[in-house]
Amino acid sequence: MSDFINNVVQPYFNFWVYVILLMMGLWALIAKNNLIKKLIGLSIFQTAIILFYVSAGVKEDSTIPILLSQSPAEAIDPSIEEPLPESGYHSPEVPVAAKVDTKNINPDQFANPLPHVLMLTAIVVGVATLGVALAISQMVFKQFGTLEENEILKQMKGPAEDG
Amino acid sequence: MFTKVIALIAVLITGSLLLYGVADFPAFGDPNSPANAGVAGGAPSISQYFITDTYSDTKVPNLVTAVLADYRGYDTMFETVVIFAAGMAIFAILRVLGNVNDKHHRCYKVTTISDGDHNRIIVGSTVKVIVPIVQLFALYVVAHGHYSPGGGFQGGVIFAASFILLALADQLNAALRRLSETRYIILAVVGILIYAGFGVVCQILGKNFLDYGILEPLLFTKGPEMARSHSMLGVEIGVAFTVTTIMFAIYANLASRGSLKHSL
Repeated sequence: MSDFINNVVQPYFNFWVYVILLMMGLWALIAKNNLIKKLIGLSIFQTAIILFYVSAGVKEDSTIPILLSQSPAEAIDPSIEEPLPESGYHSPEVPVAAKVDTKNINPDQFANPLPHVLMLTAIVVGVATLGVALAISQMVFKQFGTLEENEILKQMKGPAEDG
Repeated sequence: MFTKVIALIAVLITGSLLLYGVADFPAFGDPNSPANAGVAGGAPSISQYFITDTYSDTKVPNLVTAVLADYRGYDTMFETVVIFAAGMAIFAILRVLGNVNDKHHRCYKVTTISDGDHNRIIVGSTVKVIVPIVQLFALYVVAHGHYSPGGGFQGGVIFAASFILLALADQLNAALRRLSETRYIILAVVGILIYAGFGVVCQILGKNFLDYGILEPLLFTKGPEMARSHSMLGVEIGVAFTVTTIMFAIYANLASRGSLKHSL
């Protein structure tokens, strides 16, 4: 058992988390009876995929993809760094962004920006589509008086007294 | 019960297939993985170009904003259109269809907070203090999206949150007085028109759609790089308009079940 954990689970622990999250979402989508619970499952499914993409952009010993003074020391050219004044603040004449050697950036120092961009838009579209799904659920509730799938199916099969 | 067993089997098969494929993935945080560095022996990954050349192309330090609004400008524009379409879909479902046929309307007891409720005094006056600060912060996030984490989507959602806070604490009418239905639909369209307008002006001047470098004489900037930087701010403002109004529209329509009268 400990062999299994050390060799299979531990090196790919992040992927295990995403797969388990995805299975939870898929389970809710298939097995749950309530439409709102299905929507929650869809959101969990989406979260697993977003986490997967973001983890693809992670690099060890890198920082956020913004070229500012937060960059690691290697990304900042030490020749243009001037000593801090007594007050502890940077001199206002030196713009902070200029401290990064923008001509010669080492890509290993910054996290991959592309997955962040893709997931930024995916999250926003996910919220918008969730809103549409909730609106449809409200209409379903208005029509049938319930959000349970089996009761809706029973009403649809039965005599169409509701029109 | 039978369906749940079938569902469990389907979920377990999917999960085990995915876990079987996991062994071929690169380790977590590997800088030399195909996504980060490209395939060994092949061309380097496009993301390396984004990291090394974005600043000299656009003079924008926040690489995520630069990739979002410039290199992937088409994607972001139609992303905004998708949000607008979602808002219009909710409008069609709840406002138009929901109010057409009220005969079968199941009766809900809509409970609203009465005017004499003391909670409204405390919560309402606190929110009145907080809302301007939230909105100021939202404008900062939009305007500072080039230099720090932020941009049109994030700032727009924060701005919408201030209106939703107002609607939650007070009546929905208090928020709708400031951002009425006509107004939010017009502003959502204006946001998309701002974004598409930048693209069309580039086309009129003889470059490709959303090729901002040509806007240099119109924006009075030094060089096409700064023109790209300023145009990105412009399209982010357009995105912020659409996201703010549609997010508030989604809340207002869902919370009032399409009537826009009584809220939660």
